[in-house]
Amino acid sequence: MALPYLWLLLFFVVPFIIVLKISFSDIDLAIPPYKPLLEWAGKHSLAIKLNFDNYALLFTDSLYLHAFANSIKVAFLSTLMCLVIGYPMAYGIARAKPATRNVLLLLVILPFWTSLLLRVYAWIGLLKANGVINNVLLSLGIIHEPLTMLYTPFAMYVGIVYSYLPFLILPLYANLEKMDWQLLEAAEDLGCRPWQAFYKITLPLSRNGILAGSMLVFIPAVGEFVIPALLGGPNALMIGRVLWDEFFSNRAWPVASAVAILLLILLVPFMMWYQSVQARESAGAR
Amino acid sequence: MNYRSSFFILTCIAFGFAFLYIPILSMVVFSFNASKLVTVWDSAHSPTLKWYYALLNNEEILDAAWISLKVAVINATGSVILGVLAGFGLARFRQFRGRFTLNAMTTAPLVMPEVITGLSLLLLFVALEQLIGWPAGRGITTMTIGHMTFSMAYVTVIVNSRLASFDTALEEAAMDLGARPFKIFFVITLPIIFPAILSGWLLAFTLSWDDLVISSFTSGPGSSTLPMVVFSKVRLGVSPEINVLATITLAVVSTMIVAVSVWMARRAKLDQAA
Repeated sequence: MALPYLWLLLFFVVPFIIVLKISFSDIDLAIPPYKPLLEWAGKHSLAIKLNFDNYALLFTDSLYLHAFANSIKVAFLSTLMCLVIGYPMAYGIARAKPATRNVLLLLVILPFWTSLLLRVYAWIGLLKANGVINNVLLSLGIIHEPLTMLYTPFAMYVGIVYSYLPFLILPLYANLEKMDWQLLEAAEDLGCRPWQAFYKITLPLSRNGILAGSMLVFIPAVGEFVIPALLGGPNALMIGRVLWDEFFSNRAWPVASAVAILLLILLVPFMMWYQSVQARESAGAR
Repeated sequence: MNYRSSFFILTCIAFGFAFLYIPILSMVVFSFNASKLVTVWDSAHSPTLKWYYALLNNEEILDAAWISLKVAVINATGSVILGVLAGFGLARFRQFRGRFTLNAMTTAPLVMPEVITGLSLLLLFVALEQLIGWPAGRGITTMTIGHMTFSMAYVTVIVNSRLASFDTALEEAAMDLGARPFKIFFVITLPIIFPAILSGWLLAFTLSWDDLVISSFTSGPGSSTLPMVVFSKVRLGVSPEINVLATITLAVVSTMIVAVSVWMARRAKLDQAA
């Protein structure tokens, strides 16, 4: 146990401390491109220089706040859309015959095992001007000019919902599978309409599944890089992309670190919430 | 229990699966398309295997695939060792100092945005190099360490849930009969959790094989992985060779998944019979 513990401490926790440290240092034209925080000033005095400029930049340049707000909006709406599509699927799978259920589950898991990059790439082929969707619609005579879909917010939403859908279905299915369906039958025997029974029984009982699945979509989607970069076009301002560009294009490591720290502060409450939902869920299972 | 599903639910399932599979199937179909325009079907010369030949002669992609394979195998093996230890500790020892931290540290990487993990690992490697001179530059080693850090979290979850669901009576009986803890682990616990270890290994392999973001941060010159090469190609638009790559990936993955799940279903049936 000590080995994984130390491993995670060294490669998962310590790095965050370094990110925090570098977020307070000056940008420097050197390798690595930042100045040390601690410097010997004179013979016996060690000076700490904390530079708040990086954080000030994030709050004064509207680009960053805008990117943060947009990321939260995109992640939230994508999570909602995943729920709308994924809930009926998870429900249907949980209520299917055991043999069918296994096949359907396998079909949900399969895309999850094939490369995310390749699945996002598939959407470029579908959405572009001379892509599959436009070609089909044109040949059916529904449209007369190709629709612009690729490199729009629409494409980005499609990509995110598509990629994260299995993450929502699987925990939700695991929760619904444990459901006692006799409760529903009892409610219907007592005169409840199916929709009412669903709203009063199934939905509240699957609360933990909904929450766990939504977190698994929302948290990574806020920091998503690949999908906005490939499908969203140059105006798709997401914070994960801003961090990437600051780091790789501008070589502004301290600014990228400050972005990472703010993003982390934003997401930690959700991560803790997720962990407590998970703990409740596994306590209920035993 | 009845298995009836309403028409509404069936429609939702049908649409949901169409949504999941149409993009994938379109890549498979267009991998046999002769036209360089990829999505415009050239019916005169298709289906063709010419892009398959092109891919198999593309040095850049083959080199990258070889690097990816090396990283993925080392990563999967290392992640399984670390993940089994962590999962075992969390499932079997209810109370120990640092349990809460270990639990948090194995859950967080599952949801942590990759850009954060990638950036923080890179900054760690840079700081370590300045401090102790290791790692000298970045490449396959640093990339593998990065992959292991998030893959082991997945293995831990899988192993932990498998251990939580099986009866400790077997282990206790063996202990009563005088078996040493080490022997119990290898003779009883390990065979029982073997399916979890296998799925963990496969998942860790795939996570590493597919990873773009953490690899981009932690790799160095001359160690571009397959996703990195694919990403730079895809940024320039669609390419028929990528469709071929997707088709091959899909074929390998689905064969493997179906084989493993058939094997596990059979094993579960044997367990029930016994």
